[in-house]
Amino acid sequence: MPAVVELWVYLAATPLFGLTATLGVYVFTSLLYERLDRAPWANPVLWSVLALASLLGATGTPYPTYFSGAQFIHFLLGPAVVALAWPLWQRRAELCTRAGALLLAALAGGAAASGSALAIGWALGLPREVIASLVPKSVTAPVAMGIAEQLGGIPALAAVFAVLTGLVGAVSAKALLDAVHVHRPEVRGFALGTASHGIGAARALQVHADAGAYAALALGLQVLLAALLLPLAAHLF
Amino acid sequence: MQALTGFTLLLLCQSVGELLARAAGLPLPGPVLGLLLMAALLRWPVVRAPVEAAAQPLLGHLSLLFVPVGVGVIGHLGLIGQYGVRMMLALVLSTWIGMLVAALVLRALLPRDAEPPRVV
Repeated sequence: MPAVVELWVYLAATPLFGLTATLGVYVFTSLLYERLDRAPWANPVLWSVLALASLLGATGTPYPTYFSGAQFIHFLLGPAVVALAWPLWQRRAELCTRAGALLLAALAGGAAASGSALAIGWALGLPREVIASLVPKSVTAPVAMGIAEQLGGIPALAAVFAVLTGLVGAVSAKALLDAVHVHRPEVRGFALGTASHGIGAARALQVHADAGAYAALALGLQVLLAALLLPLAAHLF
Repeated sequence: MQALTGFTLLLLCQSVGELLARAAGLPLPGPVLGLLLMAALLRWPVVRAPVEAAAQPLLGHLSLLFVPVGVGVIGHLGLIGQYGVRMMLALVLSTWIGMLVAALVLRALLPRDAEPPRVV
């Protein structure tokens, strides 16, 4: 085996590869995103995922090998969710006076997302277990997987739908909300967090601090509402 | 040091959240319970500066943290298989409907004030 290939085989099998590749690709796509004035279509999550998936495909690297390095980044999702308490704490007085409106909007948005997924899926003749995996897609992936399982869906498919929903929302929110003349950052952030969970909230946090805080609140409310109400609703109907 | 203390506090809240979720059999993920705990903990002034120092860099690069999961999803795209187009149609439309309803309901319910510049 030539020395270069041997070196590559060695490097690709260590956690160093997955971690370095993820950071390297993300830094590059983020620089482009900044360069492009944070255009929604230049979303760094979207392009990093596509670039890394192509890299893994081209080099024949299995996902578990990649994840042995990338898991260090993945692990930080947990503490990052806890850290969302900070922007909420900073706006606690304002959020408390608006609690009723926010709760109603979260309920309405969540019900509309799940209900329309159910209705459209049914109208298009999708199988029952696929629809059950679509219903919780506006909730962050680990919760969506658990709910889909309770509803008789496929957890892995629910995770795919959740991530795709996050990306679709993050990329299209600007055009959609501009079209209906919703301009207030807190309303835009809240809508992004409601429909597109963490990936939507990440986009909101990049663009405006208020939008980010309201997106964080919306994603938390969706997790609470969906985990408590969706299995209950499925039980009733 | 501030950031390190703050990061430890974040992990502590997450750990207690995981323990609570498991012990009580709650359908909520540990980090979400940890968020609620952290919100309560922030009433205590000494934790605020460290938590802020740890939260800023994590939240500033929240996008990065979704990349490993996203790469895993690409590997599972085969699951979409024969229903691909119809699934994507249901997914995209329901995402837009949810976003629009949340935005329009919240806008209708919040008191009106000056329209700030366009963002997001």
